[in-house]
Amino acid sequence: MSDIDTADPEIAPIKRPARWHILVFLAPAFLVYTAVMILPLIETLRLSLYNLVDNQTVFVGLSNFITLFSDPRLAANFWNALWNNLIFFVIHMLVQNPIGVALAAMLSVPKLRFATFYRTAIFVPTLLSFVIVGFIWKLILSPIWGIAPSMMDLVGLKWAFAPWLGRPESALITVSLISVWQYVGIPMMLIYAALLNIPEEVLEAAECDGITGWSQFWKIKLPLILPSIGIISILTFVGNFNAFDLVYTVQGALAGPDGSTDILGTLLYRTFFGFQNQMGDRSMGATIATVMFLIILAGVSLYLFVIQRRIRRYQF
Amino acid sequence: MAKARTSYLRTGLIHLALISYTLIALFPVFLTLVNSFKSRNAIFRDPMAIPTPSTFSLVGYETVLKQGDFFGYFQNSMIVTVVSIAFVLLFGAMAAFALSEYRFRGNLLMGLYLALGIMIPIRLGTVAILQGMVAAGLVNTLTALVLVYTAQGLPLAIFILSEFMRTVSDDLKNAGRIDGLSEYAIFFRLVLPLVRPAMATVAVFTMIPIWNDLWFPLILAPGEATKTVTLGAQMFIGQFVTNWNAVLSALSLAILPVLVLYVIFSRQLIRGITSGAVK
Repeated sequence: MSDIDTADPEIAPIKRPARWHILVFLAPAFLVYTAVMILPLIETLRLSLYNLVDNQTVFVGLSNFITLFSDPRLAANFWNALWNNLIFFVIHMLVQNPIGVALAAMLSVPKLRFATFYRTAIFVPTLLSFVIVGFIWKLILSPIWGIAPSMMDLVGLKWAFAPWLGRPESALITVSLISVWQYVGIPMMLIYAALLNIPEEVLEAAECDGITGWSQFWKIKLPLILPSIGIISILTFVGNFNAFDLVYTVQGALAGPDGSTDILGTLLYRTFFGFQNQMGDRSMGATIATVMFLIILAGVSLYLFVIQRRIRRYQF
Repeated sequence: MAKARTSYLRTGLIHLALISYTLIALFPVFLTLVNSFKSRNAIFRDPMAIPTPSTFSLVGYETVLKQGDFFGYFQNSMIVTVVSIAFVLLFGAMAAFALSEYRFRGNLLMGLYLALGIMIPIRLGTVAILQGMVAAGLVNTLTALVLVYTAQGLPLAIFILSEFMRTVSDDLKNAGRIDGLSEYAIFFRLVLPLVRPAMATVAVFTMIPIWNDLWFPLILAPGEATKTVTLGAQMFIGQFVTNWNAVLSALSLAILPVLVLYVIFSRQLIRGITSGAVK
């Protein structure tokens, strides 16, 4: 650092003693982060442009991507996984986030008794690992054990029961709802925090104008928590397009039945490591990871440069 | 009068809704814990009942402890989680201090670079991470997991901690400098003790995804000696899928540490979230 300072006196006109401590403070975090996260990420992106030809790794340009998008077998799997992932995300947005907002709105009612208890209890599933959550629900929904049918019998709905996880047309929705059950705690907590941060004066002013209850929520509180809803949406997006564990524990690496719950994460796992009679393929794995990276990057950029700018932030 | 009555009605409905959702959230966990203490027949005959002396059985736990090395898995998870959190906190706090305290060329750029990892999941680099770990001979070691989790935890830790470090008074640090403290002493003896609450929040946030992760243990350390609890439970259940006692007991053993930690740290965690640590 001191070398640069002496060599370039115009940029640093005042000669300061070398501040090595800045370097010492930054170095460990920078090195670990760069070596284990950034470089592998870049290397993965680079690998997506290479492939094995006669056991030699050669540069092949975009041909891996062309294969992924148009090869009869691979492309069918890929578009299926992408479409399923999209449905997975839409279900989270339509079910998880509204329930989260509703729970937060109820919890933030002033002087509500047991609010701490509710809050603590509803957050429990979020802490459990996918393995636990996946298997518990698999057991509950299993027709062998019969918990779900007998529960539904209590409310007279036994006829509506079906082995949802085993049917291609309902498996994806069921897995999505299990994931919603697990993660509803996160939007709840973030929205709850945002609602608590609304100043008392604003709400009092609204009450003076006769805006209370429901209309107060829609007209005053909701616009004020929009930035938090934006954050939740992007967190959900990144989490969903990177999901793997739940589908893997509930439906296995093949994401059955018949690939109906296959999402990009499970497709990446199968393609990279191989499964049963399919060989592992490093280049194709890197290609799928790159596509996932681009999807997530597009979502995050859209949020940062378009949505976040449009949402007005209210400073109190 | 009418207004008071609607208000009672409203509070009642809110409680009803919240109680129902609490039941939905806790019921599956309750069901697993309760049934893990019952005999096989009782599990099927009356799944909702609490174990009575006649249906009480520990056969599931016996199978789990005999067949799988759960203490070993537990130890691996503990080592990986504790060491990773220690590194994340130490390195993260140091970097956050450098970014929030000093003005130097590239400060903003460095901050943005380190924040990238908040949004971009480390998982996407798996192909090359595995390659690197193979080259370094770290496959099937806990070191590999510690490295990955440290890198994964750092971005958010640096982000949260530098927000908090900006609130530490400059006068205090300058007084320290006048008294001849080195920059290192200012960091370790003045600033670190003051941001301890934020460190606790970061520790809890870092802990949950590490403890629960299945992807990296599955890929980097699937060997018997390095299995974590999450992976161990997953594989055990896969093997014993028809032995319901064993499956339920294994699930309960995996839930228990998390529940205990949550009961201890829940106030810290919830205060951390609600004080706006994550924005």
